[in-house]
Amino acid sequence: MSDTKVTMPAYVPPPPRRLLEPHRIFLIALFGAIVFCAVWFLRWDWLEKYQWKLIHGIWETLFLLFSTAAAGFVLAVILGIVQVTGPRPLAMLARGFCTLIRGTPLLLQLWLLYYGLGSVFAQYPEIRQSMFWPYLRQAWPYGFTALMLSFAAYEGEVMRGAFAGVPRGELEAARAFGMGRFTMFRRIWLPRAFYRALPTLSGETVLQLKSTPLVATITVVDVYAIISRVRQDTYLTYEPLLLLALIYMCLTGILVMLFRFLENRIPSRGA
Amino acid sequence: MAASPVFLNLDLLALSPPGWGGVLLAGFAASLQLAVGGFGLGLLIGIGGAFGKLYGGPILRDLLEVYTTVIRAVPELVLILLLYYAGTDAVNSLLMLVGLPRVDISGLAAGIFVIGVVQGAYSTEVLRGAIKAIPPGQIEAARAYGMSPFKTLRRITLPAMLPYAIPGLSNLWLIATKDTALLAVVGFSELTLVTRQAAGATKAYMLFYCAAGVLYLTLTLVSNRVIGHIERRARRGIAGPM
Amino acid sequence: MKHILKTTLAAAALATTAFTGALAEEVKVGIAAEPYPPFTSPDSSGKWVGWEIEFMDAICAEAKLDCVVTPVAWDGIIPALTSGKIDMIIGSMSITEERLKTIDFSDKYYNTPTGIIGAKGDDFEATPEGLSGKIIGVQVSTIHADYAEKHFGDVAAEIKQYQTQDEANQDLAAGRVDAVQADAIALDAFLKSDGGDCCELKGNVEDDEAILGAGVGVGIRKGDTELKDKLNAAIKAIRDNGTYESFSKKYFDFDIYGG
Repeated sequence: MSDTKVTMPAYVPPPPRRLLEPHRIFLIALFGAIVFCAVWFLRWDWLEKYQWKLIHGIWETLFLLFSTAAAGFVLAVILGIVQVTGPRPLAMLARGFCTLIRGTPLLLQLWLLYYGLGSVFAQYPEIRQSMFWPYLRQAWPYGFTALMLSFAAYEGEVMRGAFAGVPRGELEAARAFGMGRFTMFRRIWLPRAFYRALPTLSGETVLQLKSTPLVATITVVDVYAIISRVRQDTYLTYEPLLLLALIYMCLTGILVMLFRFLENRIPSRGA
Repeated sequence: MAASPVFLNLDLLALSPPGWGGVLLAGFAASLQLAVGGFGLGLLIGIGGAFGKLYGGPILRDLLEVYTTVIRAVPELVLILLLYYAGTDAVNSLLMLVGLPRVDISGLAAGIFVIGVVQGAYSTEVLRGAIKAIPPGQIEAARAYGMSPFKTLRRITLPAMLPYAIPGLSNLWLIATKDTALLAVVGFSELTLVTRQAAGATKAYMLFYCAAGVLYLTLTLVSNRVIGHIERRARRGIAGPM
Repeated sequence: MKHILKTTLAAAALATTAFTGALAEEVKVGIAAEPYPPFTSPDSSGKWVGWEIEFMDAICAEAKLDCVVTPVAWDGIIPALTSGKIDMIIGSMSITEERLKTIDFSDKYYNTPTGIIGAKGDDFEATPEGLSGKIIGVQVSTIHADYAEKHFGDVAAEIKQYQTQDEANQDLAAGRVDAVQADAIALDAFLKSDGGDCCELKGNVEDDEAILGAGVGVGIRKGDTELKDKLNAAIKAIRDNGTYESFSKKYFDFDIYGG
């Protein structure tokens, strides 16, 4: 064929590059200059006053993230297995639940749970005598519930696919060995499905981190709520929000590294 | 307590005053405008970003990588606050620096900008994956025919990548419709905010939040139907599931 | 062809600047995007009504400004003002030293003491001793949030900050908080409403002028002296010619201007 110069070739992947190529050094220097300007020219005097509150807020955020992810995962396993094996009414119920939660915004679900139930409490003061009242009174159970249900609904779909994707032969072999149904589930089905789903799950957990700030709107004090308080006390526009973005980027980075470490520890023979 | 049981007072949802149905629907229309505008802007940014990442020089590639990583690492709520307040402030400061008068960025424009920028990062990834999936022979044939890059884009690349892009893009559309709710936190009158105002004014919280939920769910279900049709049409001639 | 293109572009540019120029006369009045009866609240047709809306109409007519109601989230209303999204704030915003560092205010147009409400049957006083061990609800970004943090922060069990005042009131009705601190006039409107018969006024708090401020004023950007003078003149005018009294009578049976 001819050797005409092709100006827009079919996609050719770029050659692998070292980290510190010349253009990278230039960009890193530029970025460093921007960060230096930001630190030098903007107001950071409020940091000292709020640093312990910020740390407490970050702790609260991480606690909320991991607890809702864990509890949501348990619920997702149930939702997934019910859709694969369960009786039809239960499977339809699980599907309906997932569609409902995934079809409405999380903020709306949060407000519906907290303020909607709140208006029910206002109508029936007898509830205050019940033993659940100390929990119904506080804000974090509602935040926890809404985040957990949201995680479970999205993960239910993933787990359904994972359970359906485990090769039937393995399950049949387990039954042939005389394993009871629950033992088979515990030893074969769940672990295999979990390993298949782990990359998606880790991605979704990172996404869950991005949903946690919403609980600040129902008075749960996480790092976003602390920064909001800083914004209202100092009337600064840029600095608190930039710091908050930086905090979340660091948290995301740590989470991604954590999950990559976990993924490398999965035993796999190319499954 | 004089209020009747929270659910049964459906008169509050009537379409004309004193029912709040009209206000809810107006908020829903605003949400739809935001979602469509934001998704569209995100698509445009995504096409540019995907091409930049695939065919651009090293600096452009790195900058786009920073853009997509930052947007995907920071919560939408924080991004919305940053772009809505700090972003519009920065735009006006830049204009004043150059000597032009401050421009009035309406709430809708700012909201569309915000959602568009966020969607753009995700669209970039989706479209980049879809373009990479096009059989390279098609692009080479276009070059062999002497088509200019823009013509290739218009006639070959965009139509060919559509079936691969639709699942990702449909997911992004659903995310866009739900991210509009976050603009309630900055006070833009979309559905979630007007629902909260109506609920606050009438104290019928359960009723209004459920009504808003029904509206969002309807939008999701209708969208799923429509996307199903589009996907079937785009996939005609392609065998089996991917 | 190119000549026509250039002329069209030039005409379009001129038209845009003219358009923007025309819009410059419009004054965007920021109000809190939440129901705050009796001052501002949305009615079922989506319009904003209330005492402060009527006040805004009166002074805008007096000062010959084309005012447009622009709802903004309360916790972002000052950044919205300083960044130019809105031109003034009419949202029952008290004039305080802290706020004066960032924005400017017109003369006051009403004043209100600060009250604390609580559930009927729960006897306590509006003092730090009375509120010890209680959960207090306030709205974010208000003088009440600052006051509660400063005076009750050590003794109260928790101070919950809500995005809007009616959410705080609602949580009091639901029993999630024991006390709510806010402007006494707004609390009075809540107590008189349907949802308010759960609760009663426990008293007014001890004054702390540095935090609670000296009345409610119209918020404007620093340096916007022309607008400030127009507003002050308009406020004085409507007080003098009786307009203030005539629309206030519809809502209150006492003079809320205060001393």
